[in-house]
Amino acid sequence: MPIQVLMPALSPTMEKGNLAKWLKKEGETIKSGDVIAEIETDKATMEVEATDEGTLGKILIPEGTADVAVNTPIATILADGETAADLAKAPAPAKQEKAAESAPPAAKAEAPVPKAAPAPQAVAEPDPEVPAGTEMITQTIREALRDAMAEEMRRDADVFVMGEEVAEYQGAYKVTQGLLQEFGAKRVIDTPITEHGFAGVGVGAAMAGLKPIVEFMTFNFAMQAMDQIINSAAKTLYMSGGQMGCSIVFRGPNGAAARVAAQHSQDYSAWYSSVPGLKVVAPFSAADYKGLLKAAIRDPNPVIFLENEVLYGHTGEVPKLDDFVIPIGKARIVRAGSHVSIISWSNGMTYALKAADELAKDGIEAEVIDLRTLRPMDTETIINSVKKTGRAVTVEEGWAQSGVGAEIAARIMENAFDYLDAPVARVSGKDVPMPYAANLEKLALPTVAEVVEAAKAVCYR
Amino acid sequence: MAAPKKAAASSPQDKTNGGSPPEFTREQELKALRDMLLIRRFEEKAGQLYGMGAIGGFCHLYIGQEAVVVGMQMALKQGDQVITGYRDHGHMLATGMEANGVMAELTGRRGGYSKGKGGSMHMFSKEKHFYGGHGIVAAQVSLGTGLAFANNYRGNDNVSVAYFGDGAANQGQVYESFNMAELWKLPVIYVIENNRYAMGTSVSRASAQQDFSKRGASFNIPGQQVDGMDVRAVKAAGDEAVAWCRAGKGPMILEMQTYRYRGHSMSDPAKYRTREEVEKVRHDQDPIEQVRNRLLAAKVSEQDLKAIDAEVRDIVNASADFAQHDPEPDAAELWTDIYR
Repeated sequence: MPIQVLMPALSPTMEKGNLAKWLKKEGETIKSGDVIAEIETDKATMEVEATDEGTLGKILIPEGTADVAVNTPIATILADGETAADLAKAPAPAKQEKAAESAPPAAKAEAPVPKAAPAPQAVAEPDPEVPAGTEMITQTIREALRDAMAEEMRRDADVFVMGEEVAEYQGAYKVTQGLLQEFGAKRVIDTPITEHGFAGVGVGAAMAGLKPIVEFMTFNFAMQAMDQIINSAAKTLYMSGGQMGCSIVFRGPNGAAARVAAQHSQDYSAWYSSVPGLKVVAPFSAADYKGLLKAAIRDPNPVIFLENEVLYGHTGEVPKLDDFVIPIGKARIVRAGSHVSIISWSNGMTYALKAADELAKDGIEAEVIDLRTLRPMDTETIINSVKKTGRAVTVEEGWAQSGVGAEIAARIMENAFDYLDAPVARVSGKDVPMPYAANLEKLALPTVAEVVEAAKAVCYR
Repeated sequence: MAAPKKAAASSPQDKTNGGSPPEFTREQELKALRDMLLIRRFEEKAGQLYGMGAIGGFCHLYIGQEAVVVGMQMALKQGDQVITGYRDHGHMLATGMEANGVMAELTGRRGGYSKGKGGSMHMFSKEKHFYGGHGIVAAQVSLGTGLAFANNYRGNDNVSVAYFGDGAANQGQVYESFNMAELWKLPVIYVIENNRYAMGTSVSRASAQQDFSKRGASFNIPGQQVDGMDVRAVKAAGDEAVAWCRAGKGPMILEMQTYRYRGHSMSDPAKYRTREEVEKVRHDQDPIEQVRNRLLAAKVSEQDLKAIDAEVRDIVNASADFAQHDPEPDAAELWTDIYR
């Protein structure tokens, strides 16, 4: 029976990719290990090797097709003795992902960046930072981050990027793509795998007046650098009586990605946001990623910029402005509502916004607040909303104990106790290390259903 | 310039110089004497104030090690940066920071270099290019490498000097820093002040490789052992290392073989070594007495030396007076300098 070749996944978070090129033609003989095609995402290009032997029977997805979902059949291989007449017998894959969307050939001249799924955009409220009538461009969060860094590096020669694989490899998650080519090896610096050391080197350079952007491949690895971040970067201004500060950004993906297990899936929002001297930013939308990273780079203080790997490929509208900077420390009401306040940040917003859609069907209008910055926390926006709704639900991927949700609940209790019609509810990651198995991982993370349930509970519905 | 040769390992007590270091001019001898005396008298006074309860917390005295920082400073120029750990008062004074400001920081007063908010282990002076004052053992090694990174980035010819002890030399980030410094040819001098005890643990009980000048060997960083009790030897080694760094050849390691007379901190009963051991070093190798004896042999009068003693005592006494009478920081200072 003919064998189907399926679109492979190149990374834990890949959902779709481009079929860039076929290296074998229909009718050609294929041996196990032969490279038959090239596929690419906005992160990487990889070769597809045949694992079966035979003849390439039929190419199902032509080269140049964009956004081919993982596990879509892309070709069939005929075994010895089989002919094209046998092709119809190829089994349909047991579980096919969403069919590839209509597949216009990718324009070859453009960067090989597929237009990935848009992030949930249930945005009801206009962004006050964007003047009315501003032209918007659609960008992935990955591109928005890259543009933010490039713009700031053009603006200020003291800004540079350092980290593992940021230069020649173009970024482990391709966030620094193209920066080496534009700014050269002096300002885009590949480091050895040495988090503690290069964090310290970055802080020292910042004490001397430079403005480093230190990329951690993930914040999980930054635990090795925690001493330099907290003891050296965060505390020196105070310990020096204001003489010696440190303008530095530590950035990289934080929290759970997909199927990478406990050591690579921790959310550090609560850890960093408990430290005076640090600012902590954790955006959700593409525009916020751009505007807040630019603000972080300009900030004279150490800023922890928590990104989310799952969101990197998501697209959003980014204002086309020469200098789009969003002030650190301001939350945003993304969706207005009067029955319950749902407060989240970063990827937690995915659950929050979807839950708000669900709740609306049941007549519950949720007000959804994207904190965007965790320290300094915009308590005023939270409190004003809770005074209006009388009910609050916090949503985070991290653990509940000593979490950011716990902090928000405490602030609501301290500042709006008399306005509450129900205790504040927390939806969080479960109190376990992140499991690997797909089903367990889903159970460990918050769900839309849990947010809906919590919102209904505080509304006594 | 060739990499400096590595001298054979030896303790300060049995140190036999393979040839004496270059002689100092009389002017240099007098400056070294004065600067070392200032540190010693300052530290003695700090110890006294600690005993009186005027200084709190931790207080790590530099007595015995004065030649290291004074000799190194004589090899530096304006703009070169200095960073060290928590045994830092000597480094501050050597870089030219005012005794008043340092002592007032020790007593936690508003006239202290950090307005009283840093204390013994955390003082800084941008003006004097002194970058602290760090309380986490070996953190200053990565930070000092970052200072050198900045010099390299800006293309100036400044050198950074990162001081750390024999204990800090066993921390992982030291080697992470060595690797990057040599890889990127950063102008940083790693001065390992081997005073033979990491708190109460002798070098032989903590270090597999006791020749610290070789600690950069696997990164191809040249190193040399230096008689850290002889300020002339320190200056000569410093000159060599500074020239190496300024020429763009990357980092260099100087192991300064030295000795601290006092305990690790004020609360250290020093049961891990004998009184005789301390007395022998004081008697045979004291860095200040070495200079004083040479000056006397060169017919400088007792009176001239006494004038230096008097000048230093005046500075130190004035600083103690200032530090005890300067007001404590205003309560509002609690909330300042967290962000800028």
